[in-house]
Amino acid sequence: MSPRSATSAAAASRTPPVRIESRADGSIDLGSIEVIRVLDEQGEVVNSDLEPNLPESELLRIYRGMVRSRRLDLRMLAMQRQGEMGTFAPGLGQEATQIGQVYPMTSRDWYAPSYRSIGAQVWRGWSMDQLLLLWAGYFEGFGIPEGVNDLPFSIVIGAHVPVATGVAMGIRNRKDDSVVVTNFGDGASSQGIVAESFNFAAVYKAPIIFIVESNGWAISTPIERQCGNPVLAARGVGFGLPAVRVDGNDVLGMIAACSCAIDHARRGAGPYLVEAVTYRMSLHTTADDPKVYRKEEEVKAWEGKCPIRRFENYLKARDLLDDEAIARLGEEIEQEVLAARETFRQRAIARPKEIFDFVYEQLPADLQGQKAEYMERLKRKGVEERGTG
Amino acid sequence: MPQLTMVEALNLALGESMAADDRVCVMGEDVGVNGGVFRVTKGLLDRFGPERVIDTPLAENAIIGTAVGMAVYGLRPVAEIQFSGFTMQAFDQIEQNMARYRNRTRHRYPISMVMRAPYGGGIRAVEHHSESREAYWAHTPGLKVVIPSGPRNARALLAAAIADPDPVIFYEPKAVYRAFREEVSEEPEVMEIGKAHVVRPGGDLTLIGYGAMMRPVLEAADDLVQEHGVDVEVIDLLSIKPMDTIALVESVSKTGRCVIVHEGPRTCGVAAEIIARLNEQAFEYLLAPIRRVTGFDIHFPFFQVEKHYLPDSDSIVAAVKETMTWT
Repeated sequence: MSPRSATSAAAASRTPPVRIESRADGSIDLGSIEVIRVLDEQGEVVNSDLEPNLPESELLRIYRGMVRSRRLDLRMLAMQRQGEMGTFAPGLGQEATQIGQVYPMTSRDWYAPSYRSIGAQVWRGWSMDQLLLLWAGYFEGFGIPEGVNDLPFSIVIGAHVPVATGVAMGIRNRKDDSVVVTNFGDGASSQGIVAESFNFAAVYKAPIIFIVESNGWAISTPIERQCGNPVLAARGVGFGLPAVRVDGNDVLGMIAACSCAIDHARRGAGPYLVEAVTYRMSLHTTADDPKVYRKEEEVKAWEGKCPIRRFENYLKARDLLDDEAIARLGEEIEQEVLAARETFRQRAIARPKEIFDFVYEQLPADLQGQKAEYMERLKRKGVEERGTG
Repeated sequence: MPQLTMVEALNLALGESMAADDRVCVMGEDVGVNGGVFRVTKGLLDRFGPERVIDTPLAENAIIGTAVGMAVYGLRPVAEIQFSGFTMQAFDQIEQNMARYRNRTRHRYPISMVMRAPYGGGIRAVEHHSESREAYWAHTPGLKVVIPSGPRNARALLAAAIADPDPVIFYEPKAVYRAFREEVSEEPEVMEIGKAHVVRPGGDLTLIGYGAMMRPVLEAADDLVQEHGVDVEVIDLLSIKPMDTIALVESVSKTGRCVIVHEGPRTCGVAAEIIARLNEQAFEYLLAPIRRVTGFDIHFPFFQVEKHYLPDSDSIVAAVKETMTWT
C-alpha cells in the first residue's frame, strides 16, 4: 500500500458516523428537542411522572415565592416611576423560572444570578429592603447577607458565568458536596465567555448548573436574531453537557428539571444545562420601551401563559387555594413589600465617605493621598459626616 | 547559596508557596505536563498533582474568570497567561471581576490571586509576543502591578504577590528569563510590594527603570559614571502600582534631574505618571525637564528590527547627557 493510499484509508475511517446536513431551505435540524413540562398552560398535570412529590406546605411556599417576586417587581416599577428607584430589570413573567431554579438548592449551594433575579434572590435570603437599596444606588445594597452563599450579579452580560464556574472548580478541587447554580439570558448565550465557561465546566466535570432563561428578547433583539439555533439546550451536545429544555412558566417543570440537574452535579457527574423557555412580559429595564420593537399581540399571547395563574389553577384543583385565599395572600405580601419599602426609606442614607474603603484590603499610600483630597472636597461642600468615613 | 536564572527562581517561589499553603494552585495553558512554555512551572505537577497544577483549555478569558471564582471559593490561584500579548483576551474578566470583586462585595469576597505573564521584547518572537502593556493594568482600580528585574527579586516578589490579599498582575521580563544567574537565598524570601529599590546611589541624576530595562539602565549608569563623570542614582521601580512615590520624590529632591526608561509606548505610559507625580511633589527641586526614553507609539516591530526600537544603553546615555546640559 503506498503512503498516499494509507492516508486516504485513515481519512475514510475518520468519517463521522452521523452527518448533520442542512435541509432544502439551508437550515440545520438541531431544533427538535422536546420541551418538558408538568403543567400545561391551564395548570392541568400533563406529566405526572415528573410531578414533584412535595408536601402541601412546600407547594404553598413556592407559590408565595412567586407572588413575592411579582409584587416586589410591581412596587419597584412604581417607585422607579416616582423617582425613588434607579434603573432596574423587572422579572415579570419569569417567576416560575426564578423560583423553580432556586427551590431545589440547599443553603450551602452557591447561587450566581444575573441581574434579572430579584425573586430568586429574595428566596435565597436577601431582604427586600436591601435589594431596594441596591437598585436605588446605595452601595451597601450589594453587601451579601450573612449565611447566604450567593455571588453578586454582573451588569456586563454573561461576565459572572466564568466566576460561577470557578467556584464549581473550587468545589471539585476540595471534594465538597455543594453545587453552583447560575443563570443568564438568551442574549448572554452570544457571549464568548459563556461558551468558554461551558467548556471549562465540561472538561473538569465541575458541579455547576447553567440555567439559560430564554425569555425571547435581549432588549430589542428577538431570539431568532440572537441565535442561529434558538433551541439553546442543543448547545449542550457540542460542549458535552447534558441538557434539558423546560417550560420556564411551569414551576413544577422547572423544579423537576433543576432537581435532576442538581442531583447530577452533586453526585460528581458534572455540569448540566437547563434551558427555561419563558417570556419577558415587561421591560428590559425601566429605561426601555418595548412598544418600539414588539407587537402587543405577542405580549397578549404570553399573558395567557402566566406562570402564577397556572400554578394557582393547579393549587385550586388540589384544594390548597381558593380565590379568597389568593386575595388574602396577595394582600399579606403587599404589606410585606410596603414594610420593606419603609425599612428601605429609613436605611437610605448615602455614605459618600466610604467610597475608598473597599477597593483594597489596605489603602496603598498613594491612594491615601487621593482619599485625603476627596475628603477635603466633601468638607468644602459641607457634606455631613456619615458612614464609616 | 544557589545561583539561579529568573525562570528557576520563579519556579522556586511557586514551589515554596504551594508547599507552605495548600490553597495555592497553578493554572494555565500547558503549565502541567509541559511545565509551561518557558518551563516556569516545571516539575510542579509531579510534586503537587493535577488538582493543584491545572492544565486549562485554550481560553485566556475563562482562565482569569474561573481563577476569580476559585479565589471566591477560598483558593489562591496563580494563573499563567502564556504571553502578555494574550492577556487582551482576558481584559473582560480582569476588569469586570478580578479587579472589582472585593469592592463589589464590600470585602465579602476578596480576590487573592495572581496573573503571571511574560512581557516585553528582545527574544525574536512573532507578533503579539513582545508587548509591554503594564500601563493598562496600572490604570485599573483594584489591581496591583509588579515587575521584577532579576532572579532574586522575582522570587521574593512572586512570593509576596501570592500571599497578597488583593489581585496582582505579575509581569515577567522574558528577555531576562535566562539572561543571567543570581545568588538566591536558601530560605524563602519575601519583598514588600510597593517599594522601589535604589540599586545604585548617586548625586547628579535619578535614572528610573524596571523589568528588562534595568539591564540597559545599569549598563548606561556604568558608562555615565566611568566615561562621562555623571554620578547617577539608579532606581528599580519593581512595583508599578502601588508606586513608591516617596522614594522617587526623595531621590529627585536630592539630584534635581531625572530620566525614566520603559519599553512600553510613551503616551500615557508609566513615565508620564512618574513625571506628573514629580511635578506635583518635587517641582521646586527640578533643575531640568524630566526626559523619557521609552518605546514609541507604534506597534511593536517585527523582530528583525526590534533592537533598534527598544531603548538601549546608548539612547539612555544620550538622554542623560542632554539633561545634564541644563544649568
